Amino acid sequence: MTTQITPGPARVHVRTTINGNPHEFLVPPYMSLLDTLREIVGLTGTKEGCLDGNCGACTVSLDGRIVDSCLVLGAEIDGKSVETVEGMATPEGLHPLQQAFLEEAALQCGICTPGFLVAAKGLLDNEPAPDEHRIRHWLAGNLCRCTGYDKIVRAVQKASAEMS
Amino acid sequence: MHPFAYEAPTTIEGAVAVLDKHGDRARPIAGGTDVLVQARANRWDLDAIVDVKNIPELTQISHYPDGSVSIGAATPCYQIYEDQKIRDSFPGIIDAVEMIGGIQIQSRAALGGNLCNSSPSADGICPLIAYNAVCHIAGPGGDDDHRDVAVEDFCTGPGSNVLGRGEILVSMVLPAPGDNFGAAYERFIPRNEMDIAVAGAGVSVKLSSDGSTFEAARVALAAVAPVPLVVPAAEAALIGNAVSDDVIEAAAQAAGAAATPIADMRGTIEQRKHLSAVLTRRMINKSVERARG
Repeated sequence: MTTQITPGPARVHVRTTINGNPHEFLVPPYMSLLDTLREIVGLTGTKEGCLDGNCGACTVSLDGRIVDSCLVLGAEIDGKSVETVEGMATPEGLHPLQQAFLEEAALQCGICTPGFLVAAKGLLDNEPAPDEHRIRHWLAGNLCRCTGYDKIVRAVQKASAEMS
Repeated sequence: MHPFAYEAPTTIEGAVAVLDKHGDRARPIAGGTDVLVQARANRWDLDAIVDVKNIPELTQISHYPDGSVSIGAATPCYQIYEDQKIRDSFPGIIDAVEMIGGIQIQSRAALGGNLCNSSPSADGICPLIAYNAVCHIAGPGGDDDHRDVAVEDFCTGPGSNVLGRGEILVSMVLPAPGDNFGAAYERFIPRNEMDIAVAGAGVSVKLSSDGSTFEAARVALAAVAPVPLVVPAAEAALIGNAVSDDVIEAAAQAAGAAATPIADMRGTIEQRKHLSAVLTRRMINKSVERARG
């Protein structure tokens, strides 16, 4: 008995920088950046939520802009730079946003948290002192079913105050 | 999802060649915010995705000396709303690109993609119509295979448009607005952000130099017909008439009467017709404000 193997489309060679580290790998051309990070690179901090761009759980930073990694192909990041939640803490400690999320209890189940952290970092990196309206508008692409958002907004405000 | 190949050509000819070869089994992507979702939902079985973001003509914003602008079809929303000249001269376009999706989506989603997705509820199409934008389309027949189609003639039904096999939308060209011109877009959604229009209205007006009379007008409605709906009756109600509440109300009522919406989870027929009139009135007023500077 022989096994029939149907050849799929050729894998794509990707050279990229993830959280400051160079990576090189082959990726199936139809694989999302989300699955590429989790299954090929082994970074499982980025979470899968809705898979259609509504919930923001899979938010990563791509060349300095936040994106839903479920709506990016892994093949697209060749030559680009990606930052995930794993890149936020340093050996010295948590990122101020992570510390503020803990202190303000800005999470319960935690599935949305990596996306909120990366999205909020994308805001504070460019606008160190956003007002509440700006924070809520910026985070509109991230859903949380536990906190009711107020604690998340307060945590971002706290981190903003500490960072600026 | 059907496993597709990933192609990232750097020229229009390269993209057109792949699209022509695969026909219905290939789609271009810019932001991928519609195409990848639809591919996962098995709307098509794709053999190839053509990433068009490495093609210069599709990713540039070009301002011309006469005041017109060309927006590459793959230019993402953020690049448009961060362009100061577009903010200054085409605020009706800014209205739309700042409300499509959230920040993550705006990092990727392209105005040309919004047009090619050809949803009746697209926020980007009505303002393009209001600015009398024209689509530049390249085809598989070589350097001479180009055609121009007015945005108002581009969509042919929900999710369908005039693009034929091997054709690709290269850019949208917006003529110079000129003096005493104003345009605006607004939609109704139950949330503040991240939702699909229940109804929307894109309007532009050109006023007489003293600001008292409508000399030209465009009115286009979103999410109330199978395609973004141009309303000639609303335009006619304005053109040649004085800028007054009565004239504007007549145009608004014409828009409500022209809407032929469906009822669905987002809204009823009655609500959408009502919204068409309300949003048209508001956008005429906003356009007048902008025209008067």
